Amino acid sequence: MKIGVVTFPGSLDDVDAQRAVRLGGHEAVALWHGDHDLRGVDAVVLPGGFSYGDYLRCGAISRFSPVMTEVIEAAHRGMPVLGICNGFQILCESHLLPGALIRNDHRKFVCRDQRLRIENTATPWTSAYDQGAEITIVLKNGEGGFVADADTLDRLEGEGRVVARYLEVNPNGSMRDIAGITNERGNVVGLMPHPEHSVEELTGSGADGLGFFTSLAAAVLS
Amino acid sequence: MPRVVVDVMPKPEILDPQGKAVLGALPRLGFSGVTDVRQGKRFELEFEGELTEQVLAEVRQMAETLLSNPVIEDFTISVETPVAAVEAVE
Repeated sequence: MKIGVVTFPGSLDDVDAQRAVRLGGHEAVALWHGDHDLRGVDAVVLPGGFSYGDYLRCGAISRFSPVMTEVIEAAHRGMPVLGICNGFQILCESHLLPGALIRNDHRKFVCRDQRLRIENTATPWTSAYDQGAEITIVLKNGEGGFVADADTLDRLEGEGRVVARYLEVNPNGSMRDIAGITNERGNVVGLMPHPEHSVEELTGSGADGLGFFTSLAAAVLS
Repeated sequence: MPRVVVDVMPKPEILDPQGKAVLGALPRLGFSGVTDVRQGKRFELEFEGELTEQVLAEVRQMAETLLSNPVIEDFTISVETPVAAVEAVE
């Protein structure tokens, strides 16, 4: 499959995401924030970083970039979209996902290997995992606190749309320990931790994140 | 030149870590009696010509779509009379 990885001004993890896509068995296609063009990709990854310097609010300006017009339209048609960290923030600002991400409750940037539970394996990004699988991947954020009103949280939980939940430590004050969620249709996933940094044993944090990039083939072929 | 001010504040129920940090710093500087601090953003928009209802409606749209995130923030819009105009009236 061809998986697009968008580079915004200030993206940091686009190259790692491209590498993870390739290790997952796909072709990585670089997409540019300023183009109204998805270059015929089958899925899109919005990588982490500090797009537009996090000015105004994280993801607030990226949301109106030309490429996001196309991503939003494609997401509404059912194209798989994965937003990691800053990408998750962009998806919330785009209203493709509910809620918002605010500054960590302890006010410090956090960088750690984070334990998670995968709670929804029906999305195209998580189908490679066993339901309830516990994994450890890199987490690094300054504004990773997931917030939403109680009704939205109840709906997310009730509909099984919490994709991943923090285990052992809640690293950023996220409500109900939520690390990742999906939309109603299940094709758009936002995740605060970084699976793309945990795809090879060589680099220390293990390869538990690789499943996010191998899931797609299984999901599309099934 | 007319100026429209948009004030954006985190909703009361949303945690405001920056405000908390400021609140924590005040007693260290010897200021007492402050029980809470909330930190927001102020946008000053300058316009040419007259401020019509249509312009204000557009400002409202700007505030809803870009300047604030309605999920976590509230905003207020006010029109500021330029200082020169105030002096002229006096």
